[in-house]
Amino acid sequence: MSTTEPNLSISNPHPEDTDVIQKVALVVACFGVLILLAAWANVALDAAIFMPIAIISMIGGTTVYGARSYLKQPEGIKNNGVWHFSLTSRGAFAWAVGILLTGFYILLYWFPGYVGFVQSGENQGLVALFDPLSMAIKGRPASQWFMYGTLYTIAILALGMKFIFKYRHNRYQLIRTISVMIAQLVFAYTIPEILAALNYNDVTTTAGEYAGYYDADIKNVWPLDYDFFYSYHLDAMQEEAYQPVGMIYLIAGMALFLVGTPVLTYLIGKRWYCSWVCGCGGLAETAGDPFRHLSSKKLGAWKLERWLIHSVMIFVFVMTAVTLYGYFTGTSSVFGLDIYSKFQKPYGFFIGAIFSGIIGVGFYPMLGNRVWCRFGCPMAGYMGIIQRFKSKFRITTNGGQCISCGNCSTYCEQGIDVRAYAQKGQNIVRASCVGCGVCSAVCPRGVLKLENGPEEKRYDLPPIIIGNESVKISD
Amino acid sequence: MHNIVIIGNGISGITTARHVRKLSDHKITVISAETDHFFSRTALMYIYMGHMKYEHTKPYEDWFWEKNRIDLKRAFVEKVDTDGKTLHFSDGETMGYDKLVIATGSKPNKFGWPGQDLEGVQGLYSYQDLETMEANTKNLSRAVIVGGGLIGIEMAEMLRSRNIPVTFLVREESFWDNVLPYGESQMINRHIKEHHIDLRLATELKEIISDENGRVKAVITGTGETIQCEFVGLTVGVSPNIGLLKGSGIETKRGVLVDPFLKTNIDNVYALGDCAEFLEPNGERKSIEQVWYTGRMMGEALARTLCDKPTKYEPGHWFNSAKFLDIEYQTYGWVWAKAKDNENDFYWEHKNGKICLRLRWEKSTGKLLGVNNLGFRLRHHAFDKWFKEGRTVDYVLEHLKDANFDPELYKTYEAEIIAQFNRENGKNIQLKKKSWKRILDFVS
Ligand SMILES: Cc1cc2nc3c(=O)[nH]c(=O)nc-3n(C[C@H](O)[C@H](O)[C@H](O)COP(=O)(O)OP(=O)(O)OC[C@H]3O[C@@H](n4cnc5c(N)ncnc54)[C@H](O)[C@@H]3O)c2cc1C
Ligand code: SF4
Ligand code: SF4
Repeated sequence: MSTTEPNLSISNPHPEDTDVIQKVALVVACFGVLILLAAWANVALDAAIFMPIAIISMIGGTTVYGARSYLKQPEGIKNNGVWHFSLTSRGAFAWAVGILLTGFYILLYWFPGYVGFVQSGENQGLVALFDPLSMAIKGRPASQWFMYGTLYTIAILALGMKFIFKYRHNRYQLIRTISVMIAQLVFAYTIPEILAALNYNDVTTTAGEYAGYYDADIKNVWPLDYDFFYSYHLDAMQEEAYQPVGMIYLIAGMALFLVGTPVLTYLIGKRWYCSWVCGCGGLAETAGDPFRHLSSKKLGAWKLERWLIHSVMIFVFVMTAVTLYGYFTGTSSVFGLDIYSKFQKPYGFFIGAIFSGIIGVGFYPMLGNRVWCRFGCPMAGYMGIIQRFKSKFRITTNGGQCISCGNCSTYCEQGIDVRAYAQKGQNIVRASCVGCGVCSAVCPRGVLKLENGPEEKRYDLPPIIIGNESVKISD
Repeated sequence: MHNIVIIGNGISGITTARHVRKLSDHKITVISAETDHFFSRTALMYIYMGHMKYEHTKPYEDWFWEKNRIDLKRAFVEKVDTDGKTLHFSDGETMGYDKLVIATGSKPNKFGWPGQDLEGVQGLYSYQDLETMEANTKNLSRAVIVGGGLIGIEMAEMLRSRNIPVTFLVREESFWDNVLPYGESQMINRHIKEHHIDLRLATELKEIISDENGRVKAVITGTGETIQCEFVGLTVGVSPNIGLLKGSGIETKRGVLVDPFLKTNIDNVYALGDCAEFLEPNGERKSIEQVWYTGRMMGEALARTLCDKPTKYEPGHWFNSAKFLDIEYQTYGWVWAKAKDNENDFYWEHKNGKICLRLRWEKSTGKLLGVNNLGFRLRHHAFDKWFKEGRTVDYVLEHLKDANFDPELYKTYEAEIIAQFNRENGKNIQLKKKSWKRILDFVS
């Protein structure tokens, strides 16, 4: 059936519904983006004035647009037209956004000069736009990473607000989204910048000596944060000038991996991380929300997923083991293989940059919002094993109520064929489930409930779906 | 090894086929004129609304059928020759069978209204109906829907998702009030209006008027009012789709008549799902059951009979569900539109007017008979078990937290419900804490 009508909207409201307030809000948000593009094109703008205007218009415009669009409709599921809109159904608009995002990542990673970063000298373009903010916080010009972190945070905040209005009837979604927004704003963005401002990180002494840098986003846990055990990183955390903060990060990082992660995953599933605090997850759940239905549900995709995510996990374990060996023995090679060029560099290039950045985010409009989380992330792989075999978390199926409609599977960003379980009356216990709760939200028959309960009967596959006495369990 | 042929690839035919395959090595062929593969009819609305594409409504991937040796044939069966054990297709081909299963579903009702066959007038049952609706609903100034049932309200929601103005003619005094009690029905009336649907209660269709091209241009209601529209949805129920059985010797009334084993009057011919009519209805159930769940359960039972384990269709406690625009509805046990003389009734409604609970129980024993819950979710296993154990309404309310199935972090209403119940019934029921031990005991 050809129901594709070109439509540029990214949320439910039909264009006919768009009223003046919405239009103005949309224009304001676009104006913010326009400032970014203009700055990028080196149009002479006073950054001190235009940078705050850009940030406020993007967050404010999106918030007002989301509020206006959703609040004037009764609360409920808002997926009308998702498969009709060009942006959300792999149409031309989706390709354009995908190419733009991918291009941005390529420049950011390998050609930062093209986004305006100047190593020694004055920044230009997009990076220069954020100089005043960086100066205000930590007294030095922005880097391309500061610019990226700021935009990333803005995306989570602005589109998180939209998500909140969209799901205002669902308290699980509401609280979860507030959690990812705070996690990004406070832990990933503000605290690290403040630490740098207070000279607990990223310091160059007056003598011109660089004291080192460590990742001060405390919730960015190894193995997602794959360079945690790199020597520069371990040294920076032990740097005298950074104490006691550096050591706290070192200890917390290891404790989170060794104790926090398994315990929390046992108690409530990997969702505590993936859809409540993680930065990658945060972007996926907010900016990526309009693309969650694009994940493949095919059995083949599940096979690829298991193969791929566990390979990446083995890769990061081996790479890290070798790195630590080098760190403690003071050598730069194992078995004649150079640690940097044979292990760290390929991991950083293929996994850190290409997989998690370019494919992970750049391909949102093509492959869905969780490609990295599903196929690549070693942290997700690690927690997935715990969730699958030793956890209280499951999605309970409500007896015989499933009508096999397919909403749950379609909107599962992790590509889990939720319906395959629900229509058998079986609970869903899957390594990859990030507990976003959207399957439960979109189910029109109240069939799915995310819950933490005793491990007993967690996997039960009933011999017959309840409601039918024709078949006795004994026979 | 038998050659089992199933006409109809809906939930009934497919459940039968899948379970026959689990139990045996029989040759299985499933025939359908509608689509190549099984899809979920209940999800048709979501395709129109753009929530899903057709491919998402298929519960099994296309390779599933070959892998499980279930042959699929896309053809229309015109005639069944039970003496020669042969099916005749519309293209002239034939096919023999050892055992025949009729799972042909329903077709939309039409009640002989003037103009009911005009262009732009249609029901909604099949995939083809959906395609017709897609074509019929371009550039409308207004659509009229006739018939206040589950498919009617779905059709209204579909049209509203595209901002098409909708007038909804409902013959009853209140929406679906032959099934829903007063409170629930009123709630849905309000909700329909909240969605800017022009709801006309106690209004019948008299006539559909044509323009000069044979297309609908208006309807006239029982009160003589003319409503301009370019589309009319007729959703006044469905009836068994059994035209192909004429002259076959298979006994039919409204549907194909079957015994508790789903067997027809002819040996080796069975029928189930929407198209079957029970000679003896099961308890309080209707003699023709037109829901997804019953088709599935009949299929589970029939597969065993086909595999030489004669099994009666014995449905357990009634359950059903639906969604009225944004309000979900579940029901367990029996809740009649009006309480019977031997029943007591309790109704609680949240102050937002979108969440409610109704309980019915036997006056003499206090045993729970049925529950309706709208706007929040309840655990099927809990009620199934409580009915089986003959639990009283007091017991059920005390343990209501065990039955809550809303997502985590949602506000809960048990305390408010019980306070009202205690007040109205002079009782002092105390709410128990949720117990995982009891919840796990439901499932066994
Ligand atoms: C829009 C809509 C929404 C619904 N929503 C719900 C719901 O939410 N919950 C619920 O419980 N129920 C719902 N129902 C009812 C439910 O879908 C039916 O009860 C169920 O699908 C019946 O299944 P079945 O297998 O008996 O028949 P069907 O699904 O009708 O399958 C019969 C198949 O046989 C084919 N066929 C018929 N005659 C021939 C022939 N001569 N030759 C070849 N093929 C033939 C038909 O084309 C059809 O494909 C809904 C129905 C509709 C139309
Ligand atoms: S199964 Fe449900 S909760 Fe888990 S990831 Fe998929 S949609 Fe989210
Ligand atoms: S959304 Fe609900 S009813 Fe539909 S297939 Fe999934 S579990 Fe079943």
